[in-house]
Amino acid sequence: MVSMTTVQPSPQPSPRGRGGNTAVTLQSVSCTFGSGANAVRAVDGVDLEIEAGEFFTLLGPSGSGKTTCLRMIGGFTLPSAGRILIGGDDMSQQPPYARPVNTVFQDYALFPHMSIRDNVAYSLMVRGVARAERAKRADELLALVQLPGVGDRRPAQLSGGQRQRVALARALINRPQVLLLDEPLGALDLKLREQMQSELKALQRRLGITFLFITHDQHEALSMSDRVGVFNQGRLEQVGTPHEVYNAPATPFVARFVGAANVLDGDTAQRLTGTPSAMLRPERIRLGGENGARASGVISEVQYFGAFTRVKVDAAGTTLQADLPDQDGLPGTGATVHLHWDARAVHPLAGAAA
Amino acid sequence: MTSLALPAPEPSVRRRASDLLYTRRGLLLALLLVPPLLWFGVIYLGSLFALLANAFFGLDDFTGQVVREFTLKNFVELTEPANLDVARRSVTMAVAVTLASIVLAFPVAYYMARHASGVQKAMLYIAVMLPLWSSYLVRLYAWKLLLAKEGAISWAAQQLHLTWLLDAVLKMPAVGGPSLSFSTFGTFVVFVYMWLPFMILPIQAAIERIPASMIEASGDLGAPPRTTFVKVIAPLAMPGIAAGSIFTFSLTLGDYIIPQVIGDSTLFIGQVVYRHQGVAGNIPFAAAFSLVPVVVVGVYLWIAKRLGAFDAL
Repeated sequence: MVSMTTVQPSPQPSPRGRGGNTAVTLQSVSCTFGSGANAVRAVDGVDLEIEAGEFFTLLGPSGSGKTTCLRMIGGFTLPSAGRILIGGDDMSQQPPYARPVNTVFQDYALFPHMSIRDNVAYSLMVRGVARAERAKRADELLALVQLPGVGDRRPAQLSGGQRQRVALARALINRPQVLLLDEPLGALDLKLREQMQSELKALQRRLGITFLFITHDQHEALSMSDRVGVFNQGRLEQVGTPHEVYNAPATPFVARFVGAANVLDGDTAQRLTGTPSAMLRPERIRLGGENGARASGVISEVQYFGAFTRVKVDAAGTTLQADLPDQDGLPGTGATVHLHWDARAVHPLAGAAA
Repeated sequence: MTSLALPAPEPSVRRRASDLLYTRRGLLLALLLVPPLLWFGVIYLGSLFALLANAFFGLDDFTGQVVREFTLKNFVELTEPANLDVARRSVTMAVAVTLASIVLAFPVAYYMARHASGVQKAMLYIAVMLPLWSSYLVRLYAWKLLLAKEGAISWAAQQLHLTWLLDAVLKMPAVGGPSLSFSTFGTFVVFVYMWLPFMILPIQAAIERIPASMIEASGDLGAPPRTTFVKVIAPLAMPGIAAGSIFTFSLTLGDYIIPQVIGDSTLFIGQVVYRHQGVAGNIPFAAAFSLVPVVVVGVYLWIAKRLGAFDAL
């Protein structure tokens, strides 16, 4: 491991401390589609540094610009303004084939007319590596993604999860500086997705390659990443560790998008928390006696989630969500309850809530 | 509690018929497939079989009647130098027309499939299909005028001081002639014009089916555009090229009007077949000759399959 002393001071220090190497740098990058009145700013002045060896996730709702951002790093879309540096070199206007990055596409994009082995070895074939060497390397990579022995098959003969692994092997065979993953787990069922999440994470640690992962699933982002960048309407709202993003969201949007949140503002916020705008996670709220309760109200809705039960309480002129541990004897709809929380559970938000 | 009991609706005949078809899928399938299968089986395959059978019959030289006895005489006759020459010329023309159509159609098809959108795409579709809206004969005679010695093309060549180029083309052995409308080159031009839409549309459909991410993936993996074209786009467009070339190939082999109107009056297969079944009344020999395109296209498809043209289907 590189020693911690080489870590450059930065507002969001990486927990991994891989040294001062920056894998990808975006400098005021914008991307506009269309022109004139129809122009859409998909990405709007994004600054970002992704460190080498990091598992970085861009998280955001669909249409927030995260995929456009990834496509600009891959070279499939060119930025309208700003610079993109990969490994310190300006790659803003380079075509995809000149960039030291590889992509796992959302639909996998395996070539249907080639065998799995030829798919995985495609980039070696392009570079003119001899056939025997290609086959050997491809089989190694297939073993790495735990798909040995499928080399002679065609993509159509594999399941979705298997195709996903082939796409991963194909993108990794050249040992790219950065691996771009565009919502690769979106099409898999929940069980398979969870399995792939931990495998991807383990693979990334083992290979030490920078992973830039795109998802709209906050659980995926929080559980896999070293750092997360939250996108909204073409802008990067916050960059930080999963812990920072979840516990100290910079904006009301981040608070709402990453996990469930009670975002309070105005009079309600002043009355309940003493700040003009604040966030309170539902799981930090407990039920208790009338004595010392921070708010009291009537339950308007009860949703059962298995591990917890979410109750909506009309209290203090607003609706508060509380996630209560699953246990017998929870009051039902219409019951009056008293809500308690620790003062430290309240996170003040900068700026007024949107 | 009052229960809300709706009276069961009286099943109508239509309802019962639809239930029957829903539960008995075989019946539905039979109803849908029997008419086209009858058409296909009896009329289409039947006539093909009659053709095949006729090729093995002979002709009574004295009465001119078809003699329904098995003979290979027609096929022996096919190997006569004059007939072989016709077959060779026709196949060469079909190959040339097909190759030229692929070269001309691919860029148009690629542009239509990958770049054009909205109005532009609609206009391109119309431009490709427009010639098919008017009569084949009208277009053919229009070309006759264009290609004639005093026609628009030689006039344009004169204005552009390119008469030397036109003369050079016309002086070429085998394809030249006194004027474009009396040269094999002219026949070729008109064939390509007539069949080009049948090449553009299938290629366009094939290219449209290639997901954009597949082309991006190729570039992402380090392939420059040329490699992407050779290794990804062309193989995936191959079923379209194969389909289009079946059209251009068999249409050229079967046509007897274009070479009759434009060209140096050497014969093509279609013309020979036409003459034998019409004026000469030698249907058995016409049948034998018309098996030549069938065999040639069959061999062509077999080679295409061996080369992997249909792997991407």
